[in-house]
Amino acid sequence: MMKRLLAVFIARNKEFLRDRAALGWNLLFPVLIVAGFAFAFSGAPAPLYKVGVVGSAPQSGFFTTPQVQFIEVNDLATAVTKVERHRLDLLVDVTEGRYWVNDESPRGQLLERLLQGSDGSTLQKQAVSGRLIRYVDWLIPGVLGMNIMFSALYGVGFVIVRYRKNGVLKRLKATPLSAIEFLAAQIVSRLWLIVAVVVVVFFGTHLFVDFAMYGDYLTLFLAFAMGGICMISMGLVIAARIASEELAEGLLNLISWPMMVLSGVWFSLEGTHPLVQRLAQAFPLTHMIDAARAVMLDGASLAAIAPQLGVLLAMTSGFLAIGAWLFRWE
Amino acid sequence: MPNAMSALIEVDNLVKHYQGVCAVDGISFSIPRGSCFGLLGPNGAGKTTTVEMLEGIKVPTSGSIRYKGEPLGPRFRHEAGIMFQSTALQEFITVRETLRMFQSLYDHGAELDELIAACALGDFLDRDTRKLSGGQRQRLLLAIALVNDPEVVFLDEPTTGLDPQARRKLWELVRRIKARGKSVLLTTHYMEEAYELCDEITIMDHGRIIAQGSPDDLLARHFHDVVLQLPKNDFSAGCAADLTVLDCGDSVEILTSEVTATVQQLLAGGVSLDRLRIRARTLDDLFLELTGKELRT
Repeated sequence: MMKRLLAVFIARNKEFLRDRAALGWNLLFPVLIVAGFAFAFSGAPAPLYKVGVVGSAPQSGFFTTPQVQFIEVNDLATAVTKVERHRLDLLVDVTEGRYWVNDESPRGQLLERLLQGSDGSTLQKQAVSGRLIRYVDWLIPGVLGMNIMFSALYGVGFVIVRYRKNGVLKRLKATPLSAIEFLAAQIVSRLWLIVAVVVVVFFGTHLFVDFAMYGDYLTLFLAFAMGGICMISMGLVIAARIASEELAEGLLNLISWPMMVLSGVWFSLEGTHPLVQRLAQAFPLTHMIDAARAVMLDGASLAAIAPQLGVLLAMTSGFLAIGAWLFRWE
Repeated sequence: MPNAMSALIEVDNLVKHYQGVCAVDGISFSIPRGSCFGLLGPNGAGKTTTVEMLEGIKVPTSGSIRYKGEPLGPRFRHEAGIMFQSTALQEFITVRETLRMFQSLYDHGAELDELIAACALGDFLDRDTRKLSGGQRQRLLLAIALVNDPEVVFLDEPTTGLDPQARRKLWELVRRIKARGKSVLLTTHYMEEAYELCDEITIMDHGRIIAQGSPDDLLARHFHDVVLQLPKNDFSAGCAADLTVLDCGDSVEILTSEVTATVQQLLAGGVSLDRLRIRARTLDDLFLELTGKELRT
């Protein structure tokens, strides 16, 4: 028994080691992940509080508190919503002499006292109120998005590669089925599965976690559906020609892990290195999660998330064109 | 050669190169309607490449393939049934679902109940395709090849790995296909199978055709003798100095066109003929003679 086991073990090792592409990805991938994390979280520890500032803040008094991160605000309305949702602890308009604080936020009240105790006594208070957006509220769109990403990439990309490797695609090629028909079937099949799973997970989770949902369900559905199509199309590009499951897995890992880490699934990208934020814009998951969060947490309308949907649409078109162009049955 | 009017498939000067290697080197033949056409050759002879070009899976480097007088196209895809040497099927679906899935890919389909009965799939229709035995799997693959009621069926080594009983059952199925006026292109490693099923055979080696014709014609063309087989222990070389004797391990084979005279010569030499066997030349012999190789190597 051991003899047979050893023979298979050695053969498998040889197979893996001789597949240089897969071996390369297996070695390179963890290095890239470590490097990515090191870059994203380089620099000083994150501050404890977040304060939005409209206008040019003086470099003295309250505005030099080291435990506070001061974030320049260009869109006042969005910033006020963030105060309502507890995503900003305080908002100060230096030019108009006003500040906004959420009376239901202990962190806001603490900062308000700090502001008034230093140089803020002349500023006029603008009280807002709003339910605390808990981490779980913020996390739900990210987790749903991540689930869609894995389902789309692996459910299509990996499966097509396996079909190619074991000859299923060759058998289908011998039928009247066209490549476009085959790819379309894969997209539609996976999309409806994704949508069904998201609906079940969303409402199932809602039964025991009372998470925030301020927007319209149809708009949210659209954000997830467009994100799903986009990432299925991305999976088709990966699977267009590869016949090695290990290489495909490596490539899918290379794509999915950075997306999972840098698309704002687990933490906000606010405060990360600008290059990381720019890189995140290249990921469809970022745009899908941004749109879903805007709908769920801010009650954003279809028009408000149109920019994210537009990016997803453009990416989908690109991925589909490349995937269809590259696709080979064998 | 059949005349072009009756040919279902015509192949003209077909060539296929792979990175400097010539796998198929300018072959031409035609497959008559309603016949079983056998393509034989040792491993690496180019027969699978040839079949895959005929099936439309591989693109020829040069030459032409015409189906019903037209280049291979959508019509061919709808009217051809293909059973590959090895095919994986989608997992977690049953035999019945697999048949339905494939049938739905075609405009025209065979009657499923008839197909299920003909291929004896009834006992495992609702079984996951991963859980089929070798014979069951081959029957399903054949049923998939027939699911569109094809005009021509490509069978690439359909009985490889089957036990003798399962092989004979599959032969019976092929005969039924032929009886319905369908054409069959068969590649096989088994000469007996080719002899039993094929109306015409083509033998390939090194990418070229080295013999073509009906099995009986080819045998008659190449051989004018029979084989006398004797256990080696019963044979004495001294009495057969002028005869062609082949050493076949535990036995010897004496090739002769004069059976009576040879038998008398052996008797005169004191050879015991108690265990003598006389057989006619077979396609195995022909193959060995033409290619110099054992077919199954």
